[in-house]
Amino acid sequence: MSKLDVNKIRSDFPVFQDQSLVYLDSAATTQKPHQVIDAISEFYSHSYANVHRGIYNLSFKATEAYHGARLKAQKFINAKDWQSIIFTGGTTESINLVAHSWGRKNLNMGDEILITEMEHHSNIVPWQLIAEDRGAILKYIPINQDGTLDLSDLGTLLSDKTKLVSIIHQSNVFGTINPIQEIINKAKKVGAITLIDAAQSAPHDTLDVQDMDCDFLALSGHKMLGPTGIGILYGKLDIIEGMEPFMGGGDMINSVTMSKSTWNDAPYKFEAGTPNIAQAVGFGAAIDYLDQLGMQNVSEYLQDLKLYALIQLKAIEGIKVYGHTKNKSSSVISFNLQDVHPHDLAQFLDQDNIAVRAGHHCAQPVMDKLGISSTIRASLYIYNTKADIDKLCDSLVKTAKFFRGL
Amino acid sequence: MNDLQDLYQQVIIDHNHNPRNFKEIEQASHVAKGHNPLCGDKIDIYIIIKDNLITDVGFTGSGCAISKASSSLMTEALIGKSIDEADHLFEKVHDMLTKGKADIEGIGKLAVLSGVHKFPARVKCAILPWRTLKNALENKDQIAVTE
Ligand SMILES: Cc1ncc(COP(=O)(O)O)c(C=O)c1O
Repeated sequence: MSKLDVNKIRSDFPVFQDQSLVYLDSAATTQKPHQVIDAISEFYSHSYANVHRGIYNLSFKATEAYHGARLKAQKFINAKDWQSIIFTGGTTESINLVAHSWGRKNLNMGDEILITEMEHHSNIVPWQLIAEDRGAILKYIPINQDGTLDLSDLGTLLSDKTKLVSIIHQSNVFGTINPIQEIINKAKKVGAITLIDAAQSAPHDTLDVQDMDCDFLALSGHKMLGPTGIGILYGKLDIIEGMEPFMGGGDMINSVTMSKSTWNDAPYKFEAGTPNIAQAVGFGAAIDYLDQLGMQNVSEYLQDLKLYALIQLKAIEGIKVYGHTKNKSSSVISFNLQDVHPHDLAQFLDQDNIAVRAGHHCAQPVMDKLGISSTIRASLYIYNTKADIDKLCDSLVKTAKFFRGL
Repeated sequence: MNDLQDLYQQVIIDHNHNPRNFKEIEQASHVAKGHNPLCGDKIDIYIIIKDNLITDVGFTGSGCAISKASSSLMTEALIGKSIDEADHLFEKVHDMLTKGKADIEGIGKLAVLSGVHKFPARVKCAILPWRTLKNALENKDQIAVTE
């Protein structure tokens, strides 16, 4: 028996007032419970002002709320210091921040950056840019055809030239859960800095940055019930304290004169300009919501639902499910249906009010490796039910018949 | 019948299953590549032009039913046409797909594509082969993209 009351959860989400909607694109972004929507609306209605600036009461309240969200995020990933939590626009900005502020200072000609072939474009392109800029070399841990990482050459890929290792925790294409602990430990042995892209793992599983002992971790609020435009970069305090600012502007300075400026302390040094205050507050409410459910319960519920989905999907004639073999995996499932192109398939599913993603999922290197141009991706979250899976399967069977039967 | 099944009628399904002129032409005088970054679809177009007349057209690549049918129907429509006529046809099809004009004279079988207009996300799929054709005719080297 699941410890999540899914009916209650569904009733929290205004979008599911439309009972017929089957939303299976949570890996792209999740729907929002009214608790998050209300928190933002409440904040704008009663506690809104700019932060860190005013002497007046409203500004004080806004600053408290903004700081409160930071403390919630700190607790959510079990960070030691709140100063380690830098608010960003999301995972993409977090990774770019590291590439820019850490990379410009620490990468030199011939240094190596190690990522994997499984990365989202946001954990590839920033490294290509900084590598080009600094004369550094970008290397890839290869993937196997079954959507797992091939770690057999890790020992040679990692060397004293490796300065940074940046790894996707859970694949946004296959759902594969990577053995990041093993990679972090080995990276540390050669003295490399480690970054974990937790965009997909944060919504699914308990994260503990002290336990992982990674140097950086990036995540996005909108993939875990929060609003868009907010995410965090976690960075170990001694590392971020030594980093240069990302953007220049208000809030990130101590003093500015015509000739020179000095920087504020972390995390403010990395938060130039008026931040996304209301989004941070909404993100805090999303963390509260997940905390109340318990990440362990969320995780177990999604594992159960994934197993059900895999069984039902694999029973359909001509279906090919990618990944989900020997490694642990999350509830993100990519597949193709013989005789029906993913683009056409998504269009037919939409007709039955089923939302899935069709395409390369911002991971073209992965697609190239598997020799496919696109897949359908169904990604599950806490508001999905077995009935949703059944509707998906019925619609798949119906569409296959239409395309094959003519 | 709803709009979607209307669109994916017999002709489109048939051309998807059995694309006409689905071939590489080694001695082509004009070639071009097309790419839809949204879905990763790719197409190559090969044309033989003799004395200002299109004598053969082929295409290869991977794509959805809409893009495949559009390519297949396009190759059928082009064979025997002059370059001017092909340009003209491009304009007509472009108008039909982007503006939803259905009763276009001299468009023949291509009229089955008029329903694509109702599905904005799919207009790009149908237009890709035509953009690629345009590049091939103009001997442009760059890859035609849908955006
Ligand atoms: C694994 C992974 N990393 C990074 C990102 C980028 O996240 P965002 O677009 O929120 O910056 C995504 C989301 O698409 C993702 O799935």
